[in-house]
Amino acid sequence: MAPKRKPKIAVWKFASCDGCQLSLLDCEDELLAVAGAVDIANFPEASRAVVGGPYDISLVEGSITTPHDEERIHTIRRATKTLITIGACATSGGIQALRNFKDVEEYTSLVYARREYIETLNKSTPITDHVFVDYQLRGCPINKYQLVEVLSAYLNGRKPVTPAHGVCLECKRLGLVCVMVAEGIPCMGPVTQAGCGALCPAYRRGCYGCFGPKETPNTAALSTWWNQLGVSDPEIVRAFRSFNAWAEPFRKESEARER
Amino acid sequence: MNAKSFKVDILARVEGEGGFGVKIKDQHVKEVKLNIFEPPRFFEAFLRGRKFSEAPDITARICGICPIAYQMSACHAVENAFGVQPERAIREMRRLIYCGEWIESHALHIYLLHAPDFLGYEDVIQMAKDHLEAVQRGLRLKKIGNAIMTLVGGREIHPINVRVGGFYKAPTKQQLQALEEDLKWARDAALETTRWVAAFTFPDFQRDYEFVALRHPSEYALNEGRLVSNKGLDIAISEYEQHFAEEHVQHSNALHSTIQERGAYFVGPLARYNLNFEKLSSLAQESAREAGLGRECRNPFQGILVRAVETVYACDEALRIIANYEMPEPASIEVTPRVGTGYGCTEAPRGILYHKYRFDERGMILNAKIVPPTSQNLKTMEDDLGEFVSTRLHLPNDRLQWQCEQAVRNYDPCISCATHFLKVRIERE
Repeated sequence: MAPKRKPKIAVWKFASCDGCQLSLLDCEDELLAVAGAVDIANFPEASRAVVGGPYDISLVEGSITTPHDEERIHTIRRATKTLITIGACATSGGIQALRNFKDVEEYTSLVYARREYIETLNKSTPITDHVFVDYQLRGCPINKYQLVEVLSAYLNGRKPVTPAHGVCLECKRLGLVCVMVAEGIPCMGPVTQAGCGALCPAYRRGCYGCFGPKETPNTAALSTWWNQLGVSDPEIVRAFRSFNAWAEPFRKESEARER
Repeated sequence: MNAKSFKVDILARVEGEGGFGVKIKDQHVKEVKLNIFEPPRFFEAFLRGRKFSEAPDITARICGICPIAYQMSACHAVENAFGVQPERAIREMRRLIYCGEWIESHALHIYLLHAPDFLGYEDVIQMAKDHLEAVQRGLRLKKIGNAIMTLVGGREIHPINVRVGGFYKAPTKQQLQALEEDLKWARDAALETTRWVAAFTFPDFQRDYEFVALRHPSEYALNEGRLVSNKGLDIAISEYEQHFAEEHVQHSNALHSTIQERGAYFVGPLARYNLNFEKLSSLAQESAREAGLGRECRNPFQGILVRAVETVYACDEALRIIANYEMPEPASIEVTPRVGTGYGCTEAPRGILYHKYRFDERGMILNAKIVPPTSQNLKTMEDDLGEFVSTRLHLPNDRLQWQCEQAVRNYDPCISCATHFLKVRIERE
């Protein structure tokens, strides 16, 4: 029998801040072990070396915002067995999806002197809008331990464990006093997916939704609660329009409150 | 074989996506272009209509490598507009988390991104096969920088604890003291790093640069100071736009910055070192001398060595802050919005990062301007490449290309940052 081939992993970047792929390099204790177990075939942030496809796993960071990238993601999908999106940009369009609510021409002219030099699409969209995605890892940024979990799950042929429940459960598990109930601090924890470890409430701050909507979120009920805390509708719109603004439940709630 | 025109489609081991092209004709460099094709994200546009308190978290998303720099420049700009100044203990906490970012970012660049060029490896993984001890040292050093970010900021990428006016929650002295032992190890590791890097071979290359950095009367400037240069610039940060201009060129989604009177300039570790050497801790100064660095250094290839010296400083400074730490009570000061314009400029690991915001009476952002360090270095990087290539035309293309990549990586360019920030002046007063 031929010796077992190391799985080939590639890392791809679209419109993003680089933070999610940096999470891989931030696994200081695991990096050399991971690098020993896999063949890192394409990871420009870390290496000059480029190995051609096909790839066993592609990690995709960033959202689709240019005509060129719209094509490129299909090429990557064709060369990939398991495609995993990492982070809010790739799974929901990211902060740059705020353009989706406005006129991109106006945005371009606000930032750039020569509009004709800029090629951009009207919308910033998640990878799932373009190709089939095998697994989506949430967060702005992702949690590096969840990344290691997802990678080792796929390398070992099992399903990753990344809960889809809300941040509230994380608070309860950590024994944190609810910032909204006890201190009246507006918190998006009730509608936001867990994964960060309830970081913001642990620092006495309301969650700001960087992991995006949890499964079956009741966004309308949360907005009503926020109103009772004295939060105005325009403020609620802004709260839902941040790093996961284009994720459907958040988008719908922001649009409902804009009327 | 002699060099012909060549291009590097994707520049590796930098943050973000760019490439460059060098055109050579009749043994002369005809054109050098850094192509920045990182897609535009329009931060300055969508900051309009957001509240002052959102600026730190939103602008952090410009860069996953140096989010603290964005949060610090944003906080200082907002506080400047509203006429408030946090007390000393908050100021010290800000310096501490910034030290964490410097350690993390410098260790990343020295060990994972740049050292492989000097030692002839494609990447750190290959380098680790022959230099395991050094790579492990670099990774642990980076981890300790991240540990500061995580304790003070909540997490290492896009920390959640920074707010306008200070922090949501201050760590206890005991929590910070738990970092001391690791930081002492890190300081030794940083000293070892300067020795390790000093033994590299540096191409003989220097130009007459204009270095620009913040200068503070009593400390190695991180968050505050005046903007100074070695060619006579000495201005308040609010005067930035009277002296610096941006240009939109076709081959780049990042605008190019220049000093209006004199053109290209240079920001980052080398600039800070040349302008503020005296403000480094004595240990950092000593490590520089031991590494063979003079009081001045004009060789950009030695930027990696200066980063190591700054890492010694950041560890030293973090230890000083922890030793003197008094928990700020409360962790942030009250901020009341008012109509006005605010300026913030801080020293990101890669150089000065400028923010300007104009607010209405409710503290809503009317317009924003952000100039990241890498876009300020772009023109200098192109000029370096042009001169560097012209003295090495005898090299075969593959070697020349790799050396050019190394020359660009001297600046630790962060292309995610540089793209799409510099804005056209459409001021609607």
